[in-house]
Amino acid sequence: MLDFPRWKIWGIVLLCLVGIVFAVPSLFPESQTSKWPSFAPTARINLGLDLKGGVQLLLEADTADVAKQRFALKEEEVRVELRRAKPKIEIGDISTSGGRLSFLLRDPGQVDEAREVILPLTNGAGMSGQRDWTIDVVDTSRIVLTPTQAGLSNAIEQALDTATDVVRRRIDPDGTKEVTVIRQGARRILVQVPGLQDPGALKALLGQTAKLDFKLVDQTATQEQVDAGRAPVGSQILPFAEGGGKIAVRRRAMVTGDQLIDANQSYDENGAPGVAIRFDSQGGRRFATVTRDNVGKPFAIIVDDRVISAPSINEPILGGNAQITGNFTVESANQLAVALRSGKLPVELEVIEERTVGPDLGKESIRKGAIASAIAILAVMAFMLITYGRFGVYANIALILNALLILGIMAIFNATLTLPGIAGFVLTIGAAVDANVLINERIREEQRKGRKVLDAVETGYKEASTAIFDANITNVIAAALMLYFGSGPIQGFAKVLLIGIVTSVFTAVNVTRMMVAFHLRRNRPKELHI
Amino acid sequence: MRLLKLVPDNTNVPFMRWRMPALLLSLALIAASLGLLAAKGLNLGVDFVGGQMIRATFAQAAPLDAIRSRIGALDLGDATIQEFGDPRTVSIRMALPQGKGTSVDAAVERVKGAVRQASPDVRFDAVETVTGKVSEELAWDGGVSLLLAILGIAVYIWFRFEWQFGVGAILTLFHDVAITLGFFALTQLEVNLNVVAAFLTIVGYSLNDTVVVYDRIRENLRKYRKMEIVPLIDLSLNETLSRTIVTSLSIILALTILLFVGPDVIFGLSAAILFGAIIGTYSTIYVSAPMLIWLGVGPDSFVPTSAPTNAERVGERMP
Repeated sequence: MLDFPRWKIWGIVLLCLVGIVFAVPSLFPESQTSKWPSFAPTARINLGLDLKGGVQLLLEADTADVAKQRFALKEEEVRVELRRAKPKIEIGDISTSGGRLSFLLRDPGQVDEAREVILPLTNGAGMSGQRDWTIDVVDTSRIVLTPTQAGLSNAIEQALDTATDVVRRRIDPDGTKEVTVIRQGARRILVQVPGLQDPGALKALLGQTAKLDFKLVDQTATQEQVDAGRAPVGSQILPFAEGGGKIAVRRRAMVTGDQLIDANQSYDENGAPGVAIRFDSQGGRRFATVTRDNVGKPFAIIVDDRVISAPSINEPILGGNAQITGNFTVESANQLAVALRSGKLPVELEVIEERTVGPDLGKESIRKGAIASAIAILAVMAFMLITYGRFGVYANIALILNALLILGIMAIFNATLTLPGIAGFVLTIGAAVDANVLINERIREEQRKGRKVLDAVETGYKEASTAIFDANITNVIAAALMLYFGSGPIQGFAKVLLIGIVTSVFTAVNVTRMMVAFHLRRNRPKELHI
Repeated sequence: MRLLKLVPDNTNVPFMRWRMPALLLSLALIAASLGLLAAKGLNLGVDFVGGQMIRATFAQAAPLDAIRSRIGALDLGDATIQEFGDPRTVSIRMALPQGKGTSVDAAVERVKGAVRQASPDVRFDAVETVTGKVSEELAWDGGVSLLLAILGIAVYIWFRFEWQFGVGAILTLFHDVAITLGFFALTQLEVNLNVVAAFLTIVGYSLNDTVVVYDRIRENLRKYRKMEIVPLIDLSLNETLSRTIVTSLSIILALTILLFVGPDVIFGLSAAILFGAIIGTYSTIYVSAPMLIWLGVGPDSFVPTSAPTNAERVGERMP
């Protein structure tokens, strides 16, 4: 008991010092710590959104949309590739229904050739060697493509990864803001923007897919056809973004937003807000060609399948620069520019959870939490002092070290303190003395049984240790489950509990034991006042 | 300095003498809790039923009636308007408006406008919108994690002690959770995600006490092979009584301070843990411990080789 090797003493002291040093910055406001010399630690505890204020959105990808897009894309690929095949393979009755893409070969004798052409259009998916589409031949002349589950999961996975990047670029184009954008589960993205109070603006930014298409207006369509929504072959009817009305456009896009390299809010010659865009070299060439070939004809500028405007091509547009005009305000033009610049969202995102926290609530909560923590520490310390005297002082030193260690460890790991985390902290303070209570009560007991001082202390620490261990494991189990199942704030609570359990056992057992050993060695008391 | 001794040395309280009345009390409390749950139900927040919640803090006590009539006039469906933690803070909950996108924000803005009309000196602290999809998951996750925590802890205790102790732990936890749920049904405090965290914490800390007592019972079972189980449990409870009181008091002290001085938003969480800590102390003495008698723990429980069958043991020890 009295035998405390030197390395152990230094180990304990060092650990405590590290914890304290790292706890310090979090106790001061940021405005002060920023002025500290560079060698001072500056890592501080992160505040959760519920303490800092801001907006949190949980977005869910519309996976049915991904599946639908894959069908459309595959249908287009199949058409193009079979047409390009030499000799050309004629098909008919191509359609997607019942979760399958199927078409009829005009010449059943070309089944093998068609298969040859389509096979390279499928890719490996997953580790099992499975392909992303299966190809079957039905009734000798009908080819059926069915997406595999692995292929679909792959596509969703990729779409979500891209979407996460796009969302981040849209919210934080310069990468300077303190935003959080993370994937959650298979289909969700969590977005947190501290300081923001208007979720509407955020949702407007994420609400558009920003799929930009330039399509020629189909001038053969009659007004009746447009009104009835019956487009001529190879065309489609699209609504205008504003003011109602519809227009018939060619299905095939002349140029798409995929070939954009930049977009900025600008003003046209009349001073009306618009969006200036620049194409990459390939897109620029393409744009030049189609505008040269179609001078005088109108084309439609389409964002997310809604027509922004349909101006006539006055002259070929060379050099890859163009301007989107329409019924814009500066704000909406700017939003479109940001959306175009960040790329198109590969999948539609729906807001399924939204939380906005005002900025004042957090400040108030932190203040009240700090006061409650301080009073709780003082009250528990007073209680320990009057109950255990000198041993209470030891427990109190351990308690303060424990509080500092929790803060220090949280700062080192850059952990997030949430509102429930404050409750976890206060609870830990109340519960942290338990180990010391167990030890001290046991020492009292052993002394009553007539053991000598040294023997009583030794037995007290030894016998109490199994109870301390088992009792804390139950808390670890509960906290671990919270960490696994809980959402943000609850995880914050669980982290504080877990850290608190570890540090409290460490301080209550090792630190007090060291102090008790010093006391016994130096003063050699005949009887313990405990 | 004379030290405070809340529990005198060498107490000899015959706790187990009152185990039957205590059992009846526990059963009555559980029955009352279940009855309350059936009759009043829990006041579930948007986290678990979906919908919109707006929390507002006023300069003075909130004009509940004015807010009610203003919001009622908006024709946005049924709104639940209640105090949240203190009289100045109000939570307004209502169902999600049908349809996607902007209508959600529009409804929030209209409610905010109505509240401002009722009392201009107001601060909006939080707006939460949770769709049914998310709330179902949150409710499911909450329930599953609570059950897993109870099972996990019970299995751990079964491994460290004997099966009777594991069963005792499970029953103790169900007892504590059921009565705390009853407390929430009675007070109609809002049950949100934080409260689930509170329940998990209760499960952890309630057993903290129990484990210490079980640990002592095990120790005494090994030490006093000839002692009858009832006096042995009484002895163990008395030996650990001082510790039980001191630790529970320090936890209750800290939590009471948190409840009255701490942030209002976590009032429910603090209240639940505080209530659970009190119930947990009671259940350690009057659920966990007597359960061992009823489950037939005896001097042989930790000597596996000569253990009689459990049926025999139960038969012998039944009071």
